[in-house]
Order: sequence, then C-alpha cells, then structure tokens
Amino acid sequence: MSTVNPPVVFTQDELDWVSWIDPLPEAELTERHYAGLVDRARAKSEYFRLLVRDPEVLEARTKTDKDIFYNVADGLPRAERELAAAATSRYNGCIYCASVHARFASTYSKRRDDVQRLLDEGIKADLGGRWNAVVNASVALAETPIAFGPDNIAELRRAGLDDAEIVDVVNGASFFNWANRLMLSLGEPSK
Amino acid sequence: MAPNDIIDTLAGIEPGSTLDAIRARRLQARENAQKSYLALFEPIDTSDFSDAERAAVAAFVTGLHGESPVAAFYRDKLAATAEGAPLLDPINAEIERGKTSGPYGAYPAGPLSVENKAGLIYRVGAERKPVLGVRLVAALEHAHLLVFRPRDAASADMKALLAAGWSSTGIVTLSQLVAFLSFQLRVVSGLRTLAAASA
Repeated sequence: MSTVNPPVVFTQDELDWVSWIDPLPEAELTERHYAGLVDRARAKSEYFRLLVRDPEVLEARTKTDKDIFYNVADGLPRAERELAAAATSRYNGCIYCASVHARFASTYSKRRDDVQRLLDEGIKADLGGRWNAVVNASVALAETPIAFGPDNIAELRRAGLDDAEIVDVVNGASFFNWANRLMLSLGEPSK
Repeated sequence: MAPNDIIDTLAGIEPGSTLDAIRARRLQARENAQKSYLALFEPIDTSDFSDAERAAVAAFVTGLHGESPVAAFYRDKLAATAEGAPLLDPINAEIERGKTSGPYGAYPAGPLSVENKAGLIYRVGAERKPVLGVRLVAALEHAHLLVFRPRDAASADMKALLAAGWSSTGIVTLSQLVAFLSFQLRVVSGLRTLAAASA
C-alpha cells in the first residue's frame, strides 16, 4: 500500500486520492461496470472503480454532473459554475474537491489569484460583487439546515444573474454537496 | 415536466412554468437526477442494502434537515412498507436527538486547525438500538457524520460499518444515498426559493 501524504491546506495543486475500502480490480470490470463509468478511461481511477461497485447510481450521478458543469450552450459561464463547486468544497472542507474545481475556476476565469484567496482566506474573501454573490449562495446552500433564501436570490439578481443562471448556481453548488460527501468519507487526498 | 419527476414534484414545478422551461435546458441533468433517485430507491439489487434500510436512512437524513416536502416524502415512503412502518417512530425520535447545525468538524492538523469547529458526535440512543438493529444503528451514525461533519470522516468509520455487517458495495450505496439526498434537498430548496421570489 502506498504511503499517504495528506495535504494540510487548500491548494490548486494536483492531488491523488486514496480509497479506504477496496475498489473493484480493473480485471473484474464487466460491461455493466463500464456503462456505469460512462468514460472507459475512468477505469484507471481508484475513486471511480470504488463507486462503480454500484454502477447504476454511478452512471446517473456522472451524467448529472456532466450536464450541470459542461453544458454551456446557455446559462452561467463555466468559470462561475466551477466557482460554486470550489466555494461549496471550501466550506464543507473537501480539500481534494476544492483543488480540482479551484483549478477549473482559475482556468476558465483567468482569475487565479482571486481563486487562491478563496482557498487561503475562506468563504469571507472579498472577490467582487458577482463572485461574492455566487460564493454566498453556495455557502447558504451548503449549510444544514439549508440557509439559502430570498436574500441570496436578490443578491444574485443584483449581480446580474437571470433565473436560468441562478438555477445553474443552485445545481452546481447542490451537486458538490453530493460530491464532497463521497470524496471526504470514502478515502483521502494525498500529495 | 417529465411524468413523475421527483424533483419537479417536490419543488412544486408545474408543466409550462418558467422553471419547467429552465430545467428543460439541462435535460440530461434532470433525467439523470431522476435516474439517480430510481437507482437508489427502486434498485435492481437490494442484497447489500435493503429497501427498508434505504427508506429509514432517507427519512433520517431528510428529517435532520428540518421539516420540508422532501422530509415528508421520505417519511411516507418509510411508513408505506410492512418492514419500514415499525421503524418510523424510532427514526423520528432519532431525528430529534440528532438535530444540529452544520457543517462542522476538524481539518488535518496544521494551518487549517484554527477553522476546526466542535459539534455533536451523534450516537443512536441506547433504548432504540434493539428495534433498529446493528446495521441500521451503524448506518444512522454514519449518515449523521456525512450530513453534518463530513470533514471528520476517517478510515475508522469504514471499519465501523464493515464490523456492523455492511459490505464494501453496501457502503458505497449507503454513501451515495446520503450524498444524493444532500443534493436533492438543496436543488428542491433552491428551486422553491427561486419560485417564491419570482411570484
């Protein structure tokens, strides 16, 4: 078993992820499992070979994820969907998820320093009105009981988001309340 | 709206409404959120995680988020089966014992330790352990961890589930179920809030 070297800060660096329970061995994957993986290349990932123990749930989860983040024919720019994912992960405390989606947010926004301030300073970092509105909405949605309310809608509208873009924020932030809980509880990140 | 789409139903989205049209722009997400629900609650294989166990964990998780149409839906689902109905009162009692505010928990020791936030470490009440059984007791304690303090999760929590009789596959599905409900509750809440703000 490889040595785990857990990161102790939020980072945009690429991290590994190590499972705490046994993923399926690649040699045991059947066509039912490959359907669950959606992308055959994901058979190389320990995380996806663990989740593929329940292939039907993984397939539906993966297709939900892809449409929420990659379908940019209309609606919220990809950068701000990734910001919602990164802010949710920062607030829930998922260092692995935050690393991936902070990198995407930086790539698509070209605002790497602002993204890094979200990671370093946390969810109270002042990133400007529009990004603050997305972060605040994501944080309110991540709370339990859910704290998202009319004030969040008003702040998003003042920042210029229309209702379809607000739904993209809700979908992106909500999805990471799904993703964070899997990543945090089934294994751990390693540098 | 798609017939019987669970998120549309729980969020009160009517066919032909503005939100119906907005959700239609993310058709793959809408259809696969529905397929996720079906894969978890009408699964093709229940050998690692029974239907009654699924309904009990779902009623607990959604109830911990406070009263809502989603919580009522899963409570009704639990009450609707012969095996699940006797669990309704114990689950409701455990919801009351487990209610708190999250997320909280600890980070790996280091610069983030200043952000550590203490909170309830929930354990099922001793008087309800016999009726719930070893597997469900372990599942509820794990579900509470995932709902409120996911960053506290550790490999020891996997060992606790394995020791209580959960298979590795069962643990994956249990984790997916709690995590999916965390998503579904938030989408429904967000859509309801937006609909109310647009009324």
